[in-house]
Amino acid sequence: MSRLSITTKNQAQTTVETLYKDLERRIDASQPGLCPVDLAASFVHMCHTQSCGKCTPCRIGLGQLENLMNKVLDGEAEEETLDVIEKTAEGIFASADCAIGSEAARMVLKGIKGFRDEYESHVKYGKCGGSHHQAVPCISLCPAHVDIPGYIALIHDGRYEDAVNLIRKDNPFPAACGMICEHPCEADCRRNMVDDPINIRGLKRYAVEHEDNIKTPAKAEPTGKKVAVIGGGPGGLSAAYYLSLMGHDVTVYEQRKQLGGMLRYGIPSYRLPREVLDREIEGLKQTGFKTITDTSVGHDITLEEIRKANDAVFVSIGAHTDKKIGIDGEDAEGVTSAVDMLRAIGDNEMPDYNGLDVVVVGGGNVAMDVARSAVRLGAKSVKVIYRRRKQDMTALAEEIEGAIADHVEIVDLHAPVRVEKGSDGKLKSLVAQPQLIGAIENGRPTVSAADTPEVEFACDKLIVAIGQGIDSTKLEREGIKVERGRISALDTSDIEGADGVFAGGDCVTGPATVIKAIAGGKVAAANIDEYLGFNHEIKSDIELPRVRFSDHEPCGRVNMRELPADERIKDFSLMEVCMSDEEACQESGRCLHCDHFGYAAFREGRSVKW
Amino acid sequence: MVNVTIDGKQIQVPENTTILRAAAMAGVKIPTLCYWEGINEIGACRVCVVEVEGYDKLFTACNNTVDEGMVIKTNSPKARKARRTNVELILSQHNSNCATCVRSGNCNLQTISNDLNIQELSYDKEVPMPKFNKDFPLIRDDSKCIKCMRCVQVCDNIQNSHVWDVINTGSRTTVGVNPKANCLEESGCALCGQCIKHCPVGALRERDDTDRLFEAIEDPEKIVVMQIAPSIRTAWGEPFGLKPEFATVERLCTAFKMMGIDYVFDTNFTADLTIMEEGSEFVDKLKNADKHKFPMFTSCCPAWVRHVKAHYPDFTSQLSTAKSPQGMFGAVAKSYYADILGVDPKKIFCVSVMPCLAKKHECDIPNLNDACGDQDVDLSLTNREVDRMIEIAHIIPAAIEETELDKPLGIGSGAGNIFGATGGVMEAALRSAYFLVTGENCDPDAFKEVRGQGDWREYEFELAGTTLKIAVCHTLAATDKLLDALRKGEVEYHFVEVMACPGGCVNGGGQPIVDGFSMQEERADWLYTQDKNMQLRFSHENPSITAIYKDFLKEPLSEKSHHLLHTDHHGWKMFGEE
Repeated sequence: MSRLSITTKNQAQTTVETLYKDLERRIDASQPGLCPVDLAASFVHMCHTQSCGKCTPCRIGLGQLENLMNKVLDGEAEEETLDVIEKTAEGIFASADCAIGSEAARMVLKGIKGFRDEYESHVKYGKCGGSHHQAVPCISLCPAHVDIPGYIALIHDGRYEDAVNLIRKDNPFPAACGMICEHPCEADCRRNMVDDPINIRGLKRYAVEHEDNIKTPAKAEPTGKKVAVIGGGPGGLSAAYYLSLMGHDVTVYEQRKQLGGMLRYGIPSYRLPREVLDREIEGLKQTGFKTITDTSVGHDITLEEIRKANDAVFVSIGAHTDKKIGIDGEDAEGVTSAVDMLRAIGDNEMPDYNGLDVVVVGGGNVAMDVARSAVRLGAKSVKVIYRRRKQDMTALAEEIEGAIADHVEIVDLHAPVRVEKGSDGKLKSLVAQPQLIGAIENGRPTVSAADTPEVEFACDKLIVAIGQGIDSTKLEREGIKVERGRISALDTSDIEGADGVFAGGDCVTGPATVIKAIAGGKVAAANIDEYLGFNHEIKSDIELPRVRFSDHEPCGRVNMRELPADERIKDFSLMEVCMSDEEACQESGRCLHCDHFGYAAFREGRSVKW
Repeated sequence: MVNVTIDGKQIQVPENTTILRAAAMAGVKIPTLCYWEGINEIGACRVCVVEVEGYDKLFTACNNTVDEGMVIKTNSPKARKARRTNVELILSQHNSNCATCVRSGNCNLQTISNDLNIQELSYDKEVPMPKFNKDFPLIRDDSKCIKCMRCVQVCDNIQNSHVWDVINTGSRTTVGVNPKANCLEESGCALCGQCIKHCPVGALRERDDTDRLFEAIEDPEKIVVMQIAPSIRTAWGEPFGLKPEFATVERLCTAFKMMGIDYVFDTNFTADLTIMEEGSEFVDKLKNADKHKFPMFTSCCPAWVRHVKAHYPDFTSQLSTAKSPQGMFGAVAKSYYADILGVDPKKIFCVSVMPCLAKKHECDIPNLNDACGDQDVDLSLTNREVDRMIEIAHIIPAAIEETELDKPLGIGSGAGNIFGATGGVMEAALRSAYFLVTGENCDPDAFKEVRGQGDWREYEFELAGTTLKIAVCHTLAATDKLLDALRKGEVEYHFVEVMACPGGCVNGGGQPIVDGFSMQEERADWLYTQDKNMQLRFSHENPSITAIYKDFLKEPLSEKSHHLLHTDHHGWKMFGEE
């Protein structure tokens, strides 16, 4: 008999752990449209199985909670049942001995507060409130509702031009999005239940790179209606493209030298090469809209003048003003904003950072963009200073990893305190206070000053990348409704009180993603067309290949690769490597075709026009 | 063309052919349950699963297409076992008290279960407790619903009514009334009954009123008067395996008399009367065109009347004020015919056999009581209920003789006969309108081009120097399109016929159910064949019509006609109607 032994997992435990992983992926792939009460009841059931069984509230209480919730779901509950659920959960939360019970009860309490109306609908009407329809996950999560399974099938069939043209039905920026889209479509990809989400963005880029010529769809007969688009970014150009296809006479006003908005003035070319962007914009212009650059509305021309000369106006001015940290010394020479730096780069006016120590303040994707651009501009060192932890940054994980590989140093848990100037009045350093991570509020941890001395980061350049604002004051003066700095437009892009004026993109949502701006342009185009008294349809007559049969055996996802760090940081050339033919073929073959299998066979499937 | 092998048989079929159809072409019948061609091809029940060589997973035959070289086994052990499991699973949540189910003997689930030789279930039964309003003409029994979604599809895509919807998610997913409405009664349902016609099981059915008729027959004080709608003669014999040539109204009359019904008449008679009134109303409106809003709409389809009142109330005033043939019959039976019999009209129990659920509602409309203060029509039965009554009375239709219908209300023209098919009312009206305007008869087939199955058909006819623009419409989806186009001013007509059911009454919601088939063309053909073979093909030439005007009503649109044969469609409300 040995006194001690090493604990080894038995086969059951090993298997259960793979099941946990399966369940995690399944939860990741949960899409909107499920009954929250039903989900909450099943969560309680799972929590109950985790109970050790020692204590009353957890051993019995969680089961009784589930019974009560099932009564609600079965339409057998009364108004008081909800009070009993709440009282029971509060009791379990307060009296459970450990987190297994108390946290399970907290989940129930969150739900009964967060979706009480759903509980009440089951009690009063014996059914879920509203309609819960499971749409195709990728299509529904793409703000522009691009027909993703459709173009993936076309890619798999080797029909790349058809694939790209199918994308253009809903999104006229396939090339830009193939490179820089944040791909919300991949978040709930059902393939996650099998292994990993499809690399949708990567496939899109592959298709675009295999397209020969950009073909402009046939335009509708001229309508004689004139539409002005203010702002030549992705939202404005999308609206201009679709409105031109609908036969309207469109003019785009752009205050900068070139079109593209944040695609040009916010996204560095190592992520989106200028040739690609220029080619895409030239393709859009083939629809015939006019562009007037270097003209600022509210400055060179008034909105009133534009409204008088046009039948409708779409405002898509983006979010291009910088935000200040608000600390002493921020006015020092050498302190610049991310917006200014990226704008100069956008016009090919490259600042000289050779041999400089650069500090970037911020934790979003823009902070990563400027940090990595600084490296490419020759900086000696680049540090990103951020208040919270690295994992709390809003930048995409792959962007942070990429920046680190590019030799950017992430200094987290440091809050800027002041900028120190040298005797010449120029920037000398950024002083920051180390932070202590603390209580979680609204899902994010708070920070407070740690009990350690301030730290000084000597630098020659300080770039502030803590967000952008909207230049809405000029339009507000001309009667456009503005709320909290944003243009106040409805989901339909109409602006109350301004007949014939529509708005969308970052200037309405605040700084968001390119695909959201594109969706804003698409929605505006449809509603402007209707406002002008038309019902033009944007449609595709591309026939899809026959749906492939597949057993869906688990298969790894093809991830995008980047050039080696030492190579890519030398200049601004494209860093990401396109999928190979065999990778694209394999990856497109992983698509589960949720547009054919599942609920979409019945409802919420493909839409061939809008 | 692609080459496929199905159960060992090699066959060439066109590209994009479904496995199901390819199998049928190879002479192989794959069992289906939720499938209905063109209406529900969603692979929900997973009964039509087949094995495809090279794949581990099974595929549904109804909504997957064949590919070159595909080798399909429709009855491999894997396919057969999975199919059986799925049917057992469906049965585990299905109220299988077949002995008391209205669809026993005509139930897709029962057939498949029997075909698969399922004699016991591997699972516990988990049947929901049904809750429904027994008094509403349309009943949904949740304990029998198999969630095939056919009713939702028909209600959405054919009728654009969206009464039925998928409610809840996960294990509690079922069919229910659209969440926007609290209940079926308040849902704006037209009561077209198409959901019943498409239900593969007994989850949807009409309120059964057969006992009420038997009670009336048993009551010695009551004189039971029956009317038979035009479309009944196309279909009542189907469940007995009888062709319409044999299953005539005269044979049905014999069955009714055997049950003890006192007088059996033909709704064709009041269809003719409708033509006289509605036709005159239309001609009158045309003469005073500046005082009226066009188009005038037919009002004989009660599902259409319910629909327009609930969803397009601004058009209600444009419905013809003429009562439906069913309604006119009731009013005439309890006035003119009571006089002929010399009895108190309150003693008359007026029954109709209709292809329709909405007729059950129509006879209960409070202001349709013009003859003697009682309901004009006491009871309306569907064709299916009448077939059940024949069974209850253990009558063997194949073994009975024909009996002539009673007089004078048993005489109808060919024009009245074709009321049961889409376009029929319009054609009948045009035959008589021509006479009313010109004073002479046209060729009875002069307007036959209004026949057809297109769901929105437009025609122009010259009538005494006026160009008449008319439209014929069936299905509520097509009707909504037409009404939307009218609202937008995209179209204009003088006269529009609307039938809620696809194909008209021949495919009405109360007709015998043939799973997978609407039967609308076959049944319509029979009405037109009968019309062609009749001596009497004009409503205005029906001698009983001539007589009723001479002896009782005086003339179309007379004061008496108005009182008995016309109605105020604003006199009652749909839920939510202002």
